[in-house]
Amino acid sequence: MYETLRHFADSYGLAVMVVLYLALAAWPFRPGAREHNQSAANSIFKDDNDGE
Amino acid sequence: MQAENALGRVGLWFGVMLLSIGAIVAAKDSGFAAHATIIGVVAFLLMCFSAARFDPTSNARSFFKMPEGPTRYDDDPVRWGVIATLFWGIAGMLAGVVIALQMAFPQLNIEPYLNFGRLRPLHTSAVIFAFGGNALIATSYYIVQRTCRTQLAFPSLARFVFWGYQLFIVLAATGYLLGITQSKEYAEPEWYVDLWLTVVWLAYLAVFIGTIVRRREPHIYVANWFFLAFIITVAMLHVVNNLAMPVSLLGAKSYSAFAGVQDALTQWWYGHNAVGFFLTAGFLAMMYYFVPKQAERPVYSYRLSIIHFWSLIFLYIWAGPHHLHYTALPDWAQTLGMVFSIMLWMPSWGGMINGLMTLNGAWDKIRTDPIIRMMVMALAFYGMSTFEGPMMSIKAVNSLSHYTDWTIGHVHSGALGWNGLITFACMYYLVPRLWKRERMYSLRMINWHFWLATIGIVFYAASMWVAGIMQGLMWREYGTDGYLLWSFADTVSAMFPMYVMRAVGGLMYLSGALIMTYNVWMTLAGKLREEKSMTETPYDADADRPIPATVPAE
Repeated sequence: MYETLRHFADSYGLAVMVVLYLALAAWPFRPGAREHNQSAANSIFKDDNDGE
Repeated sequence: MQAENALGRVGLWFGVMLLSIGAIVAAKDSGFAAHATIIGVVAFLLMCFSAARFDPTSNARSFFKMPEGPTRYDDDPVRWGVIATLFWGIAGMLAGVVIALQMAFPQLNIEPYLNFGRLRPLHTSAVIFAFGGNALIATSYYIVQRTCRTQLAFPSLARFVFWGYQLFIVLAATGYLLGITQSKEYAEPEWYVDLWLTVVWLAYLAVFIGTIVRRREPHIYVANWFFLAFIITVAMLHVVNNLAMPVSLLGAKSYSAFAGVQDALTQWWYGHNAVGFFLTAGFLAMMYYFVPKQAERPVYSYRLSIIHFWSLIFLYIWAGPHHLHYTALPDWAQTLGMVFSIMLWMPSWGGMINGLMTLNGAWDKIRTDPIIRMMVMALAFYGMSTFEGPMMSIKAVNSLSHYTDWTIGHVHSGALGWNGLITFACMYYLVPRLWKRERMYSLRMINWHFWLATIGIVFYAASMWVAGIMQGLMWREYGTDGYLLWSFADTVSAMFPMYVMRAVGGLMYLSGALIMTYNVWMTLAGKLREEKSMTETPYDADADRPIPATVPAE
């Protein structure tokens, strides 16, 4: 059991996590995301009276 | 209908009180009986309140200040959270100064309730979970409402989270003084307090996710990602690390589900990720909202914040084994912990740069705005302690630093510098807004707080570096005959001056927090201090003119 899990973790498990990580980190760099990122970064300034 | 409800509530609390009286009578140990007494007293007080506050024309709304209508944010739990943060902060820092003095002057150990062994977990839990935890609950409630442009989901559950968390703190703190502990660092409370915290934490998760689900804003702002990661991961860590079998359902003692090195690894998987997700992800969420708000400009790079987020999530969870270098833990696991700790360098510094560069083009605010100054210092300490941490996780360095006071110095440069300063800055941001004041009572007092805290940290970290490295070198120093040169007691007496300096640093940090408490108190009282502004605008009308063209000589 330990051996199976250990070998799964350092082969397929590791590969899946690396691919998943790279995909998630690359996601905001996809074409056309620039505008989306900017509006997200500025979204906190829409309520300038702090919503009271 | 109202009368039935009120009667039902009184009956419920009466039932809880009877149960706790039963638990006091049947308890297997005095600590459990003391905790049952606390529950009984709370139930009795709630019963009295329910009966006294009964008014046929009103309802539970006034009891816990439920939100008035959908057009207002639900800020009462945030206000309570701010006050609780200040209260527990002072309590925890005071405990820290006391135990620092106990290290220098052992006569201050008052047996049995106030000795070092019992006060030390009181200090760590009070500053991490009570001060930090309340700050996280308050700011997460504030931020998630503003960034989702909606009220908190489940208002009564949100109130339960706040008060339930305070009960957890009281049970944990009194338990330490009474000697109830399961001896796991940062997870000392026993099984029944752990179960209570699990209930509270799942309610917190429900409130947070519920609010995000009903958001009016299409995008979920990155601060909420960090908060969500913090809440989910802490739930997982807490449940797994505290798996235990109680000896009796009416006694405090329990035994861990794991044994030996498995128990140690589970504990440090928990312990290091408590740092990673409680003290880092949660406080980064505060940073990603309040630094842009206070600087009045969006975060330097939103893309970088996403990379920061995913790198932290994917890397942090593996770093725990670096707490177990040169132990029975398999060598590959130690190396894995070390490698992942070193990889954490990059996202941590990416995040620090992202926070600092948010001030790009507004660096003058450091001179004029003491809150920004505090935020910048917090980010600088985030960078310094996330540099020092990976360095100390390298096995060769760790062989010198481990078990010495260097570790204590490292932890405090992170906790006082990063967590403390960013929390203070956020509280200074929140207080005038939550209580509808023009500004804080005094900006100059914020400045005093900043300098007292900063110099206090320098005293603390510097003395602990010297103490720790000296201690490590003395422990390993051999004479020509192959025997160790120093006994343990020799290292203790050699560290006395550094211990005193550390206590002085802690006292300065505490004094800064006391100044803050006074400042907040006066702001709440509606006062504004007449004071010279933080910056002048020097202007010389005579110098501020062009040089007229001189008439050339004939």
